[in-house]
Amino acid sequence: MLILTCPYCGQKSEETEFHSGGEAHLKRFGPGSTDEDFQEYLFVRENPKGVHFERWRHIYGCGKWFHAARCTTTLEIFGTYSAQTVKPPKELRDKISAKRPGWSWRTYP
Amino acid sequence: MSDEVSALGGVTRSEGIAKVTEMPLQGMVTVRGDLSDKVLKKAILAVTKLEVPVLAEINQVGEYALCWMSPDELLLFCPYASVEIILAKLNKSLLKTHSLVADISDARTIFCVSGSMARDVIAKLAPVDISPKAFQNGMFRRSRLAQVSAAFWMPADEVVHVICFRSHAQYVFTLLKVAAQKGSGLNVF
Ligand SMILES: [Zn+2]
Repeated sequence: MLILTCPYCGQKSEETEFHSGGEAHLKRFGPGSTDEDFQEYLFVRENPKGVHFERWRHIYGCGKWFHAARCTTTLEIFGTYSAQTVKPPKELRDKISAKRPGWSWRTYP
Repeated sequence: MSDEVSALGGVTRSEGIAKVTEMPLQGMVTVRGDLSDKVLKKAILAVTKLEVPVLAEINQVGEYALCWMSPDELLLFCPYASVEIILAKLNKSLLKTHSLVADISDARTIFCVSGSMARDVIAKLAPVDISPKAFQNGMFRRSRLAQVSAAFWMPADEVVHVICFRSHAQYVFTLLKVAAQKGSGLNVF
C-alpha cells in the first residue's frame, strides 16, 4: 500500500484517500499537431520497473491534484510536489539519484 | 413555510461502545477564496470574531467555528438562523474580492460520537491515525468513512464530531452504529 502526503494540506494517508490520475508531465498535442504526436500523447505511456512519476488527487481530503514520485517495485514514495509545474523538482530528482543510482524516466534525471 | 428538519430527525444510539447522535441543524457556510487575502480575513473576522485557521485546523468559540478545508476553502459554522445575515455581510464585504460564499446548511449532516471509545469507532472507518498522540482538539481532518467523504474534529476529550453529505446521512449513521457495536472496542488508545 502507498502512503502519500498531500503537499497542499500536509495530510499523510494511505492510497485509498487519494485517486490516481495516471502518468505525470504529459505534454498535450491537440488540433494541428502531427498524427504521430497526437497518437503518442493519447496512447503511449511509460511503464517502468522502478522510478515513476504520477498525478494523484486528494479526492477524500482537500480535493487538490498533485504530483508524486514513487518506486513501482517497492512502493516507496520519494516525494510529492505541487501540480503547478511541468517537471519534477531538481531537489527531488537528486534525492532519487541518491537512492536509485542510474535511474531514468523519460528525459530525466 | 415548511419545517426545517435534520436528515435523520436527531436519531441516537447509545447501547454500544460509544454514543452516536445526529446533531441538530447547524448553520454552515462555505467560503472559497484566497485564505491569505487581507480583505477575506477581515470579512471573516468581522462576522465570526475568529481568525482564519491554519492548515488542517478548526477555530471554535461558542456558536461559531471555522474549519480549514483546503488552501482555498473554509467551512464556517454559525447558528442556523443567522445564515442569511452572514451571507449578506460576507457577500457585501467580498464584493470586489475573488471569492464564493454559499449556504450549505441543508446539504450536510453532523454526528456526535462520544464516550471513552469514540476514537475506536473512527479508527475502524477512516484511514487516519486517530491516536491521542496524533489527533487532538483543534485539529480538523477531511478523509473518508468507509466509502464516503467525511471530516471530523474533537471538540472535547472523548467527543468526535463527524460531518458528511446530507444524502449520506443514513449510510454514515449505519456505519457509526455498526462500528460502535457492543463489545467491539479496540483497546489500543
Ligand atoms: Zn490534500
